[in-house]
Amino acid sequence: MFESLSTRMTGIFRSLRGRGVLREEDLDQVLRDIRIALLEADVSLPLARSFLAQVKADAVGQNLINSLSPDQLIVKIVHDHLITLLGQQGYTLNVDKQKPAVVVFAGLQGSGKTTGAAKIAHFLKTKGQKNVLLASTDIYRPAAREQLAILGQQAGVDTLPIIEGEAPLAIVKRALQAAMAYDVLGIDTAGRLHVDDGLMEELQSIVALSKPAEIVLVMDAMTGQDALGVAEAFAKAVPLTSLMLSRMDSDARGGAALSLRAATGCPIAFLGTGEKITDLTPFFPDRLAGRILGMGDVVSLVEKAQSVVSEKEARDMEKKLRRGQFDFNDMLSQMRQMRNMGSIGSLLGMIPGLGQLKEQMNTEEANQKMRQTEAIICAMTPKERRDPKLLNASRKIRIAKGSGRSVQDVNVLLKQHLQMSQMMKSLGRMNKHQLRQMGRSLGFPKG
Amino acid sequence: MSWFARLKSRLSKSSGKIHRGLVSFVTGGVLDEAGRQELEDTLIAADFGVTQAAALSLAVAKRHRGQDVSPETLTQSLRDVLTDTLSVHARPLVVPAVSGPAVFFLVGVNGNGKTTSAGKLAAYFQGLGVRVALVAADTFRAAAVDQLRVWAQRAGVPLYEGKDKQDPASLVYESYARAKAEGIQLMLVDTAGRLHTKQDLMESLGKMVRVMKKQDDTAPHEVILVLDATTGQAAHTQAKLFKDHAGITGLIVTKLDGTARGGVVVALSSDYALPVFMIGVGESLEDLQPFDPKEYAEALI
Repeated sequence: MFESLSTRMTGIFRSLRGRGVLREEDLDQVLRDIRIALLEADVSLPLARSFLAQVKADAVGQNLINSLSPDQLIVKIVHDHLITLLGQQGYTLNVDKQKPAVVVFAGLQGSGKTTGAAKIAHFLKTKGQKNVLLASTDIYRPAAREQLAILGQQAGVDTLPIIEGEAPLAIVKRALQAAMAYDVLGIDTAGRLHVDDGLMEELQSIVALSKPAEIVLVMDAMTGQDALGVAEAFAKAVPLTSLMLSRMDSDARGGAALSLRAATGCPIAFLGTGEKITDLTPFFPDRLAGRILGMGDVVSLVEKAQSVVSEKEARDMEKKLRRGQFDFNDMLSQMRQMRNMGSIGSLLGMIPGLGQLKEQMNTEEANQKMRQTEAIICAMTPKERRDPKLLNASRKIRIAKGSGRSVQDVNVLLKQHLQMSQMMKSLGRMNKHQLRQMGRSLGFPKG
Repeated sequence: MSWFARLKSRLSKSSGKIHRGLVSFVTGGVLDEAGRQELEDTLIAADFGVTQAAALSLAVAKRHRGQDVSPETLTQSLRDVLTDTLSVHARPLVVPAVSGPAVFFLVGVNGNGKTTSAGKLAAYFQGLGVRVALVAADTFRAAAVDQLRVWAQRAGVPLYEGKDKQDPASLVYESYARAKAEGIQLMLVDTAGRLHTKQDLMESLGKMVRVMKKQDDTAPHEVILVLDATTGQAAHTQAKLFKDHAGITGLIVTKLDGTARGGVVVALSSDYALPVFMIGVGESLEDLQPFDPKEYAEALI
């Protein structure tokens, strides 16, 4: 169902490459595909439309038509626009200025408010050293307040004792009294439909009475086209300050996040990522952008490779390859460059089309293998690393002992190195053009 | 107010949009490609999804190729096409005639209204003269059992609950024997909400189904996926994985009393051969009602 955007892009551009020239109709085809990807990710239709208009303007402005790698360029344009729309990362709740700072949680039924409130309370307590009191004003859903009491216990924070038959505003008054001794008062409200005038007015009165420092709108990441209207209605009713997207541990693309942002302009503070009290993560716009596009994180892979491998290193490598020299120092530095970019699993996940491979292969094993190889190379003397021919039996035994591996492991590595340097030699016979092209396809910058 | 009138008034905001939209699609009396695409977009905005919206709009366009159409005809066409699509797998939710108690499971992701639906469904069948028992198999979520207990009281049916943190499969097993002894005709099992992407939780649901079969190999007689109408395209994998693991036989769509139109169920129904059994249109006990494709289409468009 969800074909990833980058796979589509690659396919379209491959068919276009044969012709050599990208025409404006081709661009329209590409934009149509981006549109489908956005809509399948539950980005709301009006947003998708204005988004595409911007992307098109940008693509024309950046002269996509004459670009050598239009596929990468357009994916980057889309990605950058998404990140801009998704907003800042690292928003911290404004709970330091007043005491107690009141945080109100609002949202539809079943959006994850109560769990979210408990998770954030736990976060403020452990990360912010705050003394938190939680109170639930949900007198409608049976046992909602009992649920918050249990979750409060799990979070290790106090909850307001329950008095049967108390009205929401009376609960808020009592909570404000009780919260004098606390840093933060979290108020969980009943889930309400944004078209239910009575309950929306109740929410307004709760806000008027408690004068919150933060009003967090909680929404399910799986919400569809309705997200925009819902968020607009809540934003109109009360002055929202931040957003939480729950159930990000589902496979939802999370296009609803764009609707939330567009409707409220508030920063996304947290993502809910599981059923445990600690399953709360801060928000990174780039990760969510990649997820909405279902494309892996190819842009940051390219950027990572560029930041990790300097121009000079790349040029030195090219020279070495040319001469057919490739010693253990080179192997080590390559491995470390790769490791700087992340684990093998995360790297595979970032390369379009290789996401499946990631599931098939045991990436943990591969990572471990890489660490072992590194240990063996580190146990060699600088001289041995430059000249592998020096390695006789006694040196191998020393290296094996030094790295905690066996002599067989050392032999396997030597064999790998030999194969690699032979491959490099044959590469060295390529002409300059071929070599550069290959370097680029491996993610090295233009030499 | 009948549920249909209520649904219609609730959906009126959106339905007005689709209906008004139809007027503007028809330029010069003919539904051209631009008009068809407008129609497709309108359906996408109601969560039908790109593929289903394209299929429905093409089906409508095909009916009127090269003809002059009025907005009224077009409205009727769209309603017909929608009704036809939803009718293919439609069937009512009834208690089957079996020797022991019939068993219905309610399954779905967290927060979509399973427990509330279980309570309302109990009241619905109780009202039809069926002897119902509710089984609180959500032993995970804090206070879920307390919530269902309130619903059981409201509906006036017995609640079967387990010991704290009891394995839900073992509770279901015991409950069946108890229901049989107490002459219960329908056992409604409220399961814990779980994300379809959590492999272990989905397998434990599969286990509950298998355990049930040990008591009666025709049970569970229905496994109903409860779906929140606000859910977008992620509903596809929800339906697929709940079908794979628990063999769902139909849908209950909740929270249709908001502005969400739940268009994704049209695709789910045809892609996974699932009937929509009931829809939830409000908070009170009687606000869960049998689903009628024609009435839904009329309320929506």
